[in-house]
Amino acid sequence: MPGTTGETLLEIDDLTVRLASGAARPVLDGVSLRVARGESVGLVGESGSGKSVTSRAALGLLPAGATATGTVRVAGDDVLAMPPARLRELRRREAAMVFQDPRASINPVRRVGDFVTEGLRAGGTPARAARKTAEELLEAVGIPDPRRALRRFPHEFSGGMLQRVMIAGALAGGPRLLLADEPTTALDVTTQAEVISILTRLQAERGTGLLFVTHDLDLAAAVCDRIYVMYAGRIVEEQTADGLFARPRHPYTAGLLAATPRMGSAEPPRGVPGRPVSLAENPEGCAFAARCRLAAPECAAERPTLRPVDGVSVACLRAEEPIHD
Amino acid sequence: MTEQPVLAVEGLRKTFGDHAAVDDVSFAVPPGGSLAIVGESGSGKTTTARMLVGLERPSAGRVLVDGADRTAPPRGRTARLARARAIQMVFQDPYLSLDPRVTVADAVEEPLRLHFDLDPAARRARRDELLDRVGLGEREAAALPRRLSGGQRQRVALARALAVEPRALVLDEATSALDVSIQAQIVELLRDLRASLGVAYVFVSHDLSLVRHVADDLLVLRRGRTVEAGRAAAVLDGPRHPYTRLLLDSVPRPGWDPARIAADRRALD
Repeated sequence: MPGTTGETLLEIDDLTVRLASGAARPVLDGVSLRVARGESVGLVGESGSGKSVTSRAALGLLPAGATATGTVRVAGDDVLAMPPARLRELRRREAAMVFQDPRASINPVRRVGDFVTEGLRAGGTPARAARKTAEELLEAVGIPDPRRALRRFPHEFSGGMLQRVMIAGALAGGPRLLLADEPTTALDVTTQAEVISILTRLQAERGTGLLFVTHDLDLAAAVCDRIYVMYAGRIVEEQTADGLFARPRHPYTAGLLAATPRMGSAEPPRGVPGRPVSLAENPEGCAFAARCRLAAPECAAERPTLRPVDGVSVACLRAEEPIHD
Repeated sequence: MTEQPVLAVEGLRKTFGDHAAVDDVSFAVPPGGSLAIVGESGSGKTTTARMLVGLERPSAGRVLVDGADRTAPPRGRTARLARARAIQMVFQDPYLSLDPRVTVADAVEEPLRLHFDLDPAARRARRDELLDRVGLGEREAAALPRRLSGGQRQRVALARALAVEPRALVLDEATSALDVSIQAQIVELLRDLRASLGVAYVFVSHDLSLVRHVADDLLVLRRGRTVEAGRAAAVLDGPRHPYTRLLLDSVPRPGWDPARIAADRRALD
């Protein structure tokens, strides 16, 4: 199975990120995660959980003025310690990001060909060779008539087609690590399926490691081998996609599953009471305790750390107890 | 069905230039009923919703509220107020639909002042009752919208819409901008409100997985036209039209096969 024995491409260890302005808690609080060659790893959480900040850190992108402790390694090199020139090379050749909104991430006044070949040209590839690679990539992501497409502008493409262009651009430098931050959230459902099938096919063909960031647990389960669940800047659970659905160990994961509406079930979704912890709050114990129906007095006092329970990593004091009905 | 629908549209059509955004759409919502209108972008679902509340004028067809023709935009204050009393709309983004300078309490009192002749004490009592119905307390009442979370703001939008005791609510992607754990709270609230107040819903959404939990009936739109309509559970369990089937297959789940869906989608075009 890819990933279990493969080389580690992304290795984040105890990453803590604090914003410059006076937030009460860090945006990321001791995050550790791994992505191996050929592996698809999901990073799931709701708004404010820190999932996007985590994925961006892999490219050395931190919020303005933020301070970070811990390490972020891509193929063994510490990203947070890289000088600017090395960082640019990393983003060009080793790790690439597919962002959520292609209209906001692709320069609207430049041609699609310029976008796809930008990294290659900056890395010294001759124009003709770069254009040929770009044509092959557009072909691979299913853009009709790639040669003409290279000369067109972003506004001439639909959202789904432009997201394929972004995937082509991300793959241009031949990265070993692909980061995808809600890559299909802005798309229609039928378009989402198409973009996901392209993304996962190319990832499998090339043996690329994928960190797939999403708020959608079902989508993550459909795409990924292994899933990390984040809440309030921390990883609260990590296990295989199948395991997560069959037996969630953290009450927040169980709550998310129960809140997800199911098409084939008459059982209505159940909300998780309360609301997520804002950056202005820094609860003493478990950040989820205030919303947790299983919370015990010690949960509000003691901060649970991620620990192995039956082969699963979970940050809950009561993880040994069965939590789902 | 002998009961007069609270809301009915017949042959509704809206063209922009030579493009028909909505093309011959008909449906009826019984009192206290709930109809989901589902489609992707460009399906005409939002244009349909806007015609129901009078934000767009139909190019053809009729909108009937309690049997009375409301197709033309209301003229004059009395007609406008009467229309607002009948149907209210809740939008997707509660960050944009509330005035940032007005407290929650004042935002809910505004429609009460406009529509009812209540003395201040009675108005405040009614306001508190409405806020309580949607699960908001005194602390939220005194707050400005920016102090509230997305889910709380959507509760305020609901309280405001319900203030006029409308016969029907048009919910345009009203839960789409919310996190899943909060969306489910609002879905629960919508179920409660319909059960206790008997208000009818037109629930406009791109999200098929929500439909069964908020609606009795379902209308699937594609490129302005109805492709399938029926009882929500029946359509979801046994879709007849290949497009409905494609939409259902597209919802991610374990064992999901995006490559097959992509092939089905191309076959449909």
